[in-house]
Amino acid sequence: MALFDSWWNALQERSVAGTLSFWESIYKEIYLNFLSDARYMNYLRGLRVTLIVSALAALFGLALGIALALGRLSGARIGRFKYLSWIAGKYINIIRGTPMLLQLLIINFGIFGSVKMDKIFIGVIACGLNSAAYVAEIIRGGIQSVDKGQVEAGRTLGLTSGMTMQLIVFPQALKAALPSLCNEFITLIKETSILAYIALTELTKAADYIRSRTYSPFMPYIISGLMYLAVVTVLTKGIAVLERRLRQSDTGASAH
Amino acid sequence: MKKGLKAFSLIMAALLTLTMGAALAEDTLTMGTNAEFPPFEFVDGDAVVGVDAEIAAEIAKDLGLKLVIENMAFDSVIPALVSGQIDIGVAAMTVKPERLNSVDFSNTYYNARQACIVRKDGKVTDEETLKGTAIGVQNGTTGDYAAEGYSETVERYGKALDAVLELAGGKLDAVIVDAPVAQNIIDALNNDNLILLDNIEFEDEFYAVAVAKGKPELVESINKTIDRITEDGTLDAILLKYFPVADDAE
Repeated sequence: MALFDSWWNALQERSVAGTLSFWESIYKEIYLNFLSDARYMNYLRGLRVTLIVSALAALFGLALGIALALGRLSGARIGRFKYLSWIAGKYINIIRGTPMLLQLLIINFGIFGSVKMDKIFIGVIACGLNSAAYVAEIIRGGIQSVDKGQVEAGRTLGLTSGMTMQLIVFPQALKAALPSLCNEFITLIKETSILAYIALTELTKAADYIRSRTYSPFMPYIISGLMYLAVVTVLTKGIAVLERRLRQSDTGASAH
Repeated sequence: MKKGLKAFSLIMAALLTLTMGAALAEDTLTMGTNAEFPPFEFVDGDAVVGVDAEIAAEIAKDLGLKLVIENMAFDSVIPALVSGQIDIGVAAMTVKPERLNSVDFSNTYYNARQACIVRKDGKVTDEETLKGTAIGVQNGTTGDYAAEGYSETVERYGKALDAVLELAGGKLDAVIVDAPVAQNIIDALNNDNLILLDNIEFEDEFYAVAVAKGKPELVESINKTIDRITEDGTLDAILLKYFPVADDAE
């Protein structure tokens, strides 16, 4: 660290004079935006918040999404009115039909406008509510992709329609939906960057903060971007492995 | 299909050249500012107006150029100067040593201080009770730097107004922002529960025009304009226009 500092000290005078060479200014950018004042810790703390919010929002979104998908397909009715299906349909339409940033601002400045609440909690709620709408459509697609014969077989065995869904249809639906679900989670990680708007110091806001201290046009964004990329790359690799495993059971199933 | 793609890329290339040409046009002076900082810069109708806009107009007049104002985030003004997207940054910007690493400043044109906004029924009443509370600021402003001296919990918003709204809603304990802006926002919100603390001594701060490194002629010309409007009373007239009450910030 002392070495990096001394390199910078040797450059500083000429930096103020504005006479750095190309490579020297690259070093200045990296030094100021990553090394000095332990700024890398700002990014890592931001990354931690991003990961926490993403994980909790994904869980919340998955739970609510499954409930919405089941509601969407539910036949529960008052007279002719399928109220569960109607509510779920309207919810999905509203969430998918409006920008997530607006939803976040409404939740932060409107719904929780005068409630003292942890910003992470607000972030989880906003991202989770949004993700749920997309998860619901993915799960619904998965359920509808399961062959009708499976339901008929289940009912023939004497299972109730609820048990058929729970034991036969839903596990297959989840498997079919898994790749799309994972994509949705990857999207979710990147979308948490809008939480910078409500002053939650996640990875994007960390870059904003560094930028406001070093005045670099873009270097902090590159560093944050590389961190997002690293996380998403690891996840993508994990998903690929998962999909391969699932395909193995596919070949087994086709031999019945 | 391929033809369509070719035509599309041709059009895009043409558009790009056109916009770049406009941005680099030599008869304009592009000013970057954050029009969320009344009375120094704010949006009125379609235009960005305020003290800084009028000073920039004087600078452009003396240079014989047409003034173009770009409204951006405050923490983007210096980066935009560094990358050459704008010519001058006039954004109620205080001369600070850290900023001199990236830009040069003209002579100063205004002496401002920070102010601390709190809720009348809140727990912050002076410098001692401010310590360790949740303080809201606009990211990268001198208020942001000042707040770091009082608390670990600094929430950084894109605009001062959002921070004040969170304070009014009880989510923050205090907001630190330039005094003229603080007064302006309190007046605009018309919320009796918001008050300015007058028992905290903040340092003097001096606003100046920021210019990218390596443009001594431009700085020279700006200094001449600032000297001129200071001497012939134009600056006082501009300040008086935007500060209805006698200018007591000095």
